[in-house]
Amino acid sequence: MVGTSRFALNAYELVNEIKNGSISVEDYIASMFERIRKMDERINAYITLNEHALEEARIVDKALKGYTEWKGYSNGNGNGNSSILLGVPLAVKDNISTQGIRTTCASKMLEDYVPVYDATVVKRLKDAGAIVIGKTNMDEFGMGSTTEFSAFGVTHNPWAYERVAGGSSGGSAAALASCMAGIALGSDTGGSVRCPASFCSIYGLKPTYGLLSRYGLISYANSLECIGLMARSVLDLALMLKVTAGSDMQNDHTSIDADTSLSLDPESISPDIKGMRFATIREVVESEGIDEPVRDSMLDAISSVEQLGAIVEEVSIPSLRYALASYYTIAMAEASSNLARYDGIRYGYTEEPDGVAWNEFYSTIRGNFGSEVKRRIMLGTYVLSSGYYGRYYMKAQKARALIRDDMLKVLKDYDAIMMPTMPILPPRIGERVSDPLRLYNIDVCTVLANLAGVPALSIPYSMYNGLPIGVQFMARHLDEPLLLRIAYALESARCDKVRRCII
Amino acid sequence: MTKMSSDARVRIGLEIHCQLTALRSKLFCRCSADYRGKEPNTNVCPVCLGMPGTLPLLNRRAVEYAIMLALALNCKISKRITFYRKNYFYPDLPKNFQITQYNAYEHASVGVDGSLVLDDLNGSSKTIRIRRLQLEEDPGRLAYEGSIDTANYALVDYNRAGVALVEIVTEPDFDEPSEVRLFLNRLASILEHLGICNPALEGAVRCDANISIGEHARVEVKNINSFKDVERAVAFEITRQRSLASRGIEIRGETRHWDDARRITVQARMKEEEEDYRYFPEPDIPSIVVKEEDVEALRARMPELPYARVERFVKVYSLSSDTARILVNEKHLADLFEASTKYYDNARSIANWIVTDLKGYLERYASYDRNSKGDDGSSNSIFAKVTPRHIAELAMLVDSGKINRVTARQILQNVVASGMLPSAIVQGMDADMLSKKDELESIVNRVIEEERKAFMDALSNEKALNYLLGKVMRYSNGRADPKLALSMLKEKVADKSKGGK
Repeated sequence: MVGTSRFALNAYELVNEIKNGSISVEDYIASMFERIRKMDERINAYITLNEHALEEARIVDKALKGYTEWKGYSNGNGNGNSSILLGVPLAVKDNISTQGIRTTCASKMLEDYVPVYDATVVKRLKDAGAIVIGKTNMDEFGMGSTTEFSAFGVTHNPWAYERVAGGSSGGSAAALASCMAGIALGSDTGGSVRCPASFCSIYGLKPTYGLLSRYGLISYANSLECIGLMARSVLDLALMLKVTAGSDMQNDHTSIDADTSLSLDPESISPDIKGMRFATIREVVESEGIDEPVRDSMLDAISSVEQLGAIVEEVSIPSLRYALASYYTIAMAEASSNLARYDGIRYGYTEEPDGVAWNEFYSTIRGNFGSEVKRRIMLGTYVLSSGYYGRYYMKAQKARALIRDDMLKVLKDYDAIMMPTMPILPPRIGERVSDPLRLYNIDVCTVLANLAGVPALSIPYSMYNGLPIGVQFMARHLDEPLLLRIAYALESARCDKVRRCII
Repeated sequence: MTKMSSDARVRIGLEIHCQLTALRSKLFCRCSADYRGKEPNTNVCPVCLGMPGTLPLLNRRAVEYAIMLALALNCKISKRITFYRKNYFYPDLPKNFQITQYNAYEHASVGVDGSLVLDDLNGSSKTIRIRRLQLEEDPGRLAYEGSIDTANYALVDYNRAGVALVEIVTEPDFDEPSEVRLFLNRLASILEHLGICNPALEGAVRCDANISIGEHARVEVKNINSFKDVERAVAFEITRQRSLASRGIEIRGETRHWDDARRITVQARMKEEEEDYRYFPEPDIPSIVVKEEDVEALRARMPELPYARVERFVKVYSLSSDTARILVNEKHLADLFEASTKYYDNARSIANWIVTDLKGYLERYASYDRNSKGDDGSSNSIFAKVTPRHIAELAMLVDSGKINRVTARQILQNVVASGMLPSAIVQGMDADMLSKKDELESIVNRVIEEERKAFMDALSNEKALNYLLGKVMRYSNGRADPKLALSMLKEKVADKSKGGK
């Protein structure tokens, strides 16, 4: 295989080419770096590239030629996934810990921080043969929906450079859409995987809370966030899920011990959704905040799934009006505590501490957070203050429980909830950042899955004037296989209408 | 303000932190729980250093130990045990929050509403209520080069960070400093009997005291390093507050530190405002739902507790309850007692020996405080030499009329020094006691010759003298008169230090 098109290969196709000897991993990674050097000046998807990637590629090549046995970089994980992503270039969002590769969270506070350990999910992907190619841009600590709040500059949308790629996992989505990576990791606190996936026309899966270990995901809002999976095809997503899912009782008390291996076998995914029942939500459909092209795309998606034999009905969930307030209150409260550790004493950004009182030292160092992070730390500190806990945090938790119960009630009667991923088209750079409330409002469809802890998948559905529009499905806890089936059905039905990368 | 009478009621409450020293690992990671004596910042990992992205993994056994202690203190065990974050900035706190427990919104701590009965208060008894018992992580430690006032920076050692602590908070039910001491000793005995904490280790049990008189503001005293000092600090604070009150001076609600060198409390730096810890439930540790049967299973696994042991000693060995209590109050004495009865069946005689003679000896010679700042080396080394067989033989020799009590006490001294069995010592004494100076002279000289280093140490350290005495006793096959030998050794040391260095 020659030419640029090989960068557009899906991961499962690439693994076949590598295994049958048509592609050398070292060549592939080297030319991928070449491509990144050329393209990323305009897109700015990466913050740091992995300088050991070529070494790792050589290890894979050697194993392929039978010189050594492939056991994964950390001596194998023994779960039978040891080569299913062999040689696939993996982009990792820069808030996920990678041993020996700088991990900044797109923050000046961590501009020099090099972790001593791999996140569990990264370790599992590496053991399956994936090669970390670099760390991707994002909103600082995941706080944003456009990747504009980065200490390392904004990420441009590969489909329209003057527009945002979405966020906060904007770098990962842009890298995939521009074929600067084969698969990617993001994180999703209130839609941070699905939003950029939708804006960049790729798949973004926010798994069930706890299905993927959070160990190594740098905390923003612990009770809401998950590591999310991003890919250009449903089968790639299935492969990634198979490798990464499952309990991590070694490190993470909150991970679920779910046996998903059987139902996630990519071979077994059927594109058949006949008879499935989907719910749309009146409060979302009728919302004034939805752009016309998005509404049209949604209506088209409804008729598409109906043509495939699914039944779509509209339901009402009145408690959804509390979703954004509940989400932001909880997220900011948790953030204010999580981000307290960045004080310049043990790692990251620091200054000479001699002769300075600690409180003074702390304020100097912590002045290096970006403005949006400061805003959320202050708001979070406020809602947790004594006397306000009951009025804000506890109330937000009660609203969250209500929303979750209402969502689960709907999911008892329906297989999935269907809605747009984002209510708007990708905005122009600078268009939304000046008004925080307008910015927060665009998370209205995505936060629901995080509040309820259910899985959600953004599927690239259509284009409007060259701008991607996604559709989103949410399912019951641990029903990722169902989401993959829906996506596979739409992918098969619309393969000639949707492009998932731009070369 | 209104003038208060200076004899208004004193109220004392305690906040006690006990490290679960019997655990192998820290509360949330696999680092060793035994941080003592290690190079700074070597007993650490990404989790206890709070590196970005790490998550706590709760030590199951720590929860079990805490539940056992809560049961021993008659606490109710919470049905849902939940951890909270206590947020504040301090360099010894790697995450700038402490994972602890908090009861303002629910009964989240391991135990609540417990009690401990002090039943040997000169014949009367009294119940101290326990408000709560909670599990939390220990912070690291700060160190300064030179004094804290002149140092230009602080050094931080995170070896201790993340070690499991149980915090016990009492109601303000104490009226007297002596009750505080009694309570702490009783608690120490419970910890020893449960085998979850060794109170003799430095910093394993730490105590803060809250003291108020009448309607005056409450004063918190921190930084108290030993049980003896808790009693002293509380007594000092009562005197200080009474004296202020009697002169009509306002008693400020404040935090004070115990200065153990000067034996006074001093005002800690004033806080500019009331600290707001912004407690909220720790999202990374799911609540533990505690089932009744789990608690009962733990209760069944618990070792014999001090109260039960006292009762058993009274019943099985016919000891007086006072004697039994004194023994059980320090687990090693009770263990020594029980083991000694295997060699000699007059239990009461053995018990008396331990309670009056051995304990008296320890208190006089071993500067013995079970929760002292320094390590407890002196009494430990004594227990290494005085075995159950020694005690049994001594009691037997006295009971059989072979020796009198005074001689027996001398023999004990000899035992402590030499580790020889009392019967052998008595034989030596019977044959002929080396009680003349000139007869001992050659042995003493030989020991000084061979043990040059110990002899030089003895110039500055009394403990080295005991070591030399032990050698003299051994070379004389126990026939030397220990008193005489000791005075001769002291003389030699004195000569040496006078005679130029």
